[in-house]
Amino acid sequence: MEIAITDPLPWYLAGPLLGLFVPLMLLLTGKEPGVSSSFRHACAVLPGAKLVTYFRYDVLKDGLWQILFVTGILLGGTLVQFGLGGAGVPLFLPENLTAAGLALLFAGGVLVGFGTRYADGCTSGHTIAGISNLSWPSVVASVCFIVGGTVASLVDRLVFGGLVP
Amino acid sequence: MTKWWKYPLWLLLGVGFGAVLTSAQVISVVRVRRMFAFQEPHMFLVIGSAVVTGVLSLLILKALRKTKTDLSGQPMDFKKRPFQPGIVIGGLIFGIGWYLTAACPGPIYALIGTGTWTALMILAGALGGTWLYGWLKPKLPH
Repeated sequence: MEIAITDPLPWYLAGPLLGLFVPLMLLLTGKEPGVSSSFRHACAVLPGAKLVTYFRYDVLKDGLWQILFVTGILLGGTLVQFGLGGAGVPLFLPENLTAAGLALLFAGGVLVGFGTRYADGCTSGHTIAGISNLSWPSVVASVCFIVGGTVASLVDRLVFGGLVP
Repeated sequence: MTKWWKYPLWLLLGVGFGAVLTSAQVISVVRVRRMFAFQEPHMFLVIGSAVVTGVLSLLILKALRKTKTDLSGQPMDFKKRPFQPGIVIGGLIFGIGWYLTAACPGPIYALIGTGTWTALMILAGALGGTWLYGWLKPKLPH
């Protein structure tokens, strides 16, 4: 497949910058970067949420900081895409736009939501913040993230003839 | 009480985090598919150097700031994530979802911000999956 890609922000700048968010956020605000709990906050404000114990807590008190943080992440995407020359790489594939493609994105999203909540963290909470705090379960979780994605990639390519863009 | 100035700061920190995710292209399906096929090291190098930086800088921070409080004097909220079966099972499930959607949670928001509307499907799914987890939680091994 022919795709137009410009060079990304190099890894040796991007990685250290992302890593510095851990001490920076802790020092400035007392919180570690984390994203997937925001899904819990979003569910907890839906009607009927209080029927489920997991969603019974004070969202404004416990989750407002994270809602602001992920809103910021969204705006950061907007800033780069429309103000700083763009991401420079395709952000979706033509196959995503078919009905089956959209259904697959939704189904994959279900796995992302369920998996990150069951594991109690995602790439930011476990891999970046958790490992930075020398928490060994976060190392196990991170290995599992990569193993899950690698196996899915193998199955996609070997069984379903998936191509790497 | 949380100091008021932390609220705009969280928004700003998010903007910075999202801008780096987007500029580094780690929100792109191209980069994610190439990572999981082990065809290019970019994603692994970004994640790996982020982890190394995080570990070293947090060691330094903890050594310099024995009180473990932030600048407002409130305690740093180090989240405890004890080992439980969900670390492995949930971790593997999330990995499969990460491959299928090419987005981990941070990038889902960044993608929406770039106007990639397909990411709304991923977010809707993620909320559905979270709901499912909350509902099934009492029955799952922890």
